[in-house]
Amino acid sequence: MFKPSFKPKKTYIDLSAVKKTPVTFDTREGNFPCPACSVWLSEAEKIQNNDFCPRCGYHFAVGALERIYGVCDENSFTELDAGLSSLNPLDFPDYADKLAKAREETILMEAVVTGTAAIGGHNVAIGAMDGRFMMGSMGSVVGEKICRAIERAAEQSLPFIIFCCSGGARMQEGMLSLMQMAKTSAAVGRLHAAGSLYISILTHPTTGGVTASFASLADVIIGEPGALIGFTGPRVIEQTTGQKLPPGFQRAEFLLEHGMLDLIQPRLEMRSLLVRLLNVHQGGNHDQK
Amino acid sequence: MTRNKFEFESNYRLLESKLAELRDLSVTLNCDFSNEIAKVEKRIAELKAERYRHLTPWEQVLMSRDLERPMTRDFVELLCTDFVEMHGDRLYGDDPAIVGGIAVFEGRVVTVIGHQKGKDTKENIVHNFGMPRPEGYRKAFRLLKQAEKFSRPVITFINTPGADPGVGAEERGEAWAISQLLLGLSQLQVPVISVITGEGGSGGALALTVADRILMFSNAVFSVASPETCASILLRDVKRADEMAAALKLNAVSLKDMGIIDEIIEEPVMEPLLSSQSFTQSLRYSLKKHLDEICGTEIPDLLEMRYQRLRKIGRFHEIQ
Ligand SMILES: [Zn+2]
Repeated sequence: MFKPSFKPKKTYIDLSAVKKTPVTFDTREGNFPCPACSVWLSEAEKIQNNDFCPRCGYHFAVGALERIYGVCDENSFTELDAGLSSLNPLDFPDYADKLAKAREETILMEAVVTGTAAIGGHNVAIGAMDGRFMMGSMGSVVGEKICRAIERAAEQSLPFIIFCCSGGARMQEGMLSLMQMAKTSAAVGRLHAAGSLYISILTHPTTGGVTASFASLADVIIGEPGALIGFTGPRVIEQTTGQKLPPGFQRAEFLLEHGMLDLIQPRLEMRSLLVRLLNVHQGGNHDQK
Repeated sequence: MTRNKFEFESNYRLLESKLAELRDLSVTLNCDFSNEIAKVEKRIAELKAERYRHLTPWEQVLMSRDLERPMTRDFVELLCTDFVEMHGDRLYGDDPAIVGGIAVFEGRVVTVIGHQKGKDTKENIVHNFGMPRPEGYRKAFRLLKQAEKFSRPVITFINTPGADPGVGAEERGEAWAISQLLLGLSQLQVPVISVITGEGGSGGALALTVADRILMFSNAVFSVASPETCASILLRDVKRADEMAAALKLNAVSLKDMGIIDEIIEEPVMEPLLSSQSFTQSLRYSLKKHLDEICGTEIPDLLEMRYQRLRKIGRFHEIQ
């Protein structure tokens, strides 16, 4: 049977307790409401609590670098392929402006950051997508950087770890974007053939062409609590089919229940899980030939 | 084609009807204009054909969706003999939006897989408007592995609005099914050739279009998302889909320039595809030519080339 809400782990405040606590409305300027429980927070409170809501444990979105630093050994991350930037290959209206705005707002060049790092002393190839950069959409650069990271992992017998966060293929690059699905999937094929461990972490939200390509081709697929994961977005499903969406539809817990994820892991316990997985895989290359 | 598909046709209809009036009048008044009328008639037909040869991208989108276009079963009937259709994914069900099986094409046993829309609304409900569910993709995957076992080359025919956008499809792992096909095709140890015959709708179409060669009909389209979806998301106005159709560069000529497809099969003008002998002949000829080439290549080389053709797709700037 389907259970609509996730079972809170020990680091979480029990959801049932939340409802009993009155909501505070410290609505002074700069504060914002938690999207899950509506308590008002300041940026400082959020950061102090590692990007969770201190009241209900809601996982606020974090950027690509925070993701990487959150699981890697201190000072071990080296960014690679940082010099890649998007063009406007189709001369798509407004694309150049949107790119410029995203670069300015995120201080990133594109929606994915990739490189090498160590986790629990194991060398890994790692990447993290950033949902703030044009909704983490995959165009030529995102596809190319992920592809290079995967190929590097295959060549150097490194495990590959990716934090996914994406609205899908980037419309503004047309078919060049769609083909990145095939390109990254083919690269994953080589990674598996090389015997490297591949761990994919699906964070909120992971939808469309990313879910339907490299993201769901890993040896171990981990979801973050409450993350929206699917192919077609829930609004489109509702609009096009008129179907009523079941409770908790497309949330990580729902996907676990339907057999699509290996496990759900809260963000604070992600590093320890990755270390454990890398340890049991003896560093991540299991080619025993 | 016979019925009015586009607004511009009414202009030619008007010209034709005025000419008919003139013909009637010339008979009544007993003046012989038949030479002149024949000339004008010819000129109108030329202009109309010329217009049809230069459809706008949005007109091509509408053309690609025409239910009168032949679907996978029609192509199998036209090109192959001894077709045996196979059903089911051995996991959950059979999806009528994708048909597949074995057949003989030009003396070669091949596995054929493709999308199937209905010819009318009633049929379309059965075929789910050609939108595959996870079962369809998993059936395709099963048939591909079967082709691999028997060293049969694979031909796929692409014509779908996209993957089914329903609750059940999500529950049964649509994204997982598509990704497995993308990876599976990229490593399949037999030659694969795809023909985009109509609507190439997003990931639902791409799932069967990872191939050694991709052929495309001249009025078919292949797009990251439908122009309507792009218009409603990017312009917040679904009525501006025609602008998006142009911006997306989704037609065969643009995709050939991008190196995504290999060859364009010219469609006949104002004639059903399968009634045109030159069209069916060039389809058969191109398929055979490309199939001969890829079947003559060693599998490891073929797989390396298949990888590299995907690997090089993408345009970006790089500073060291
Ligand atoms: Zn909260």
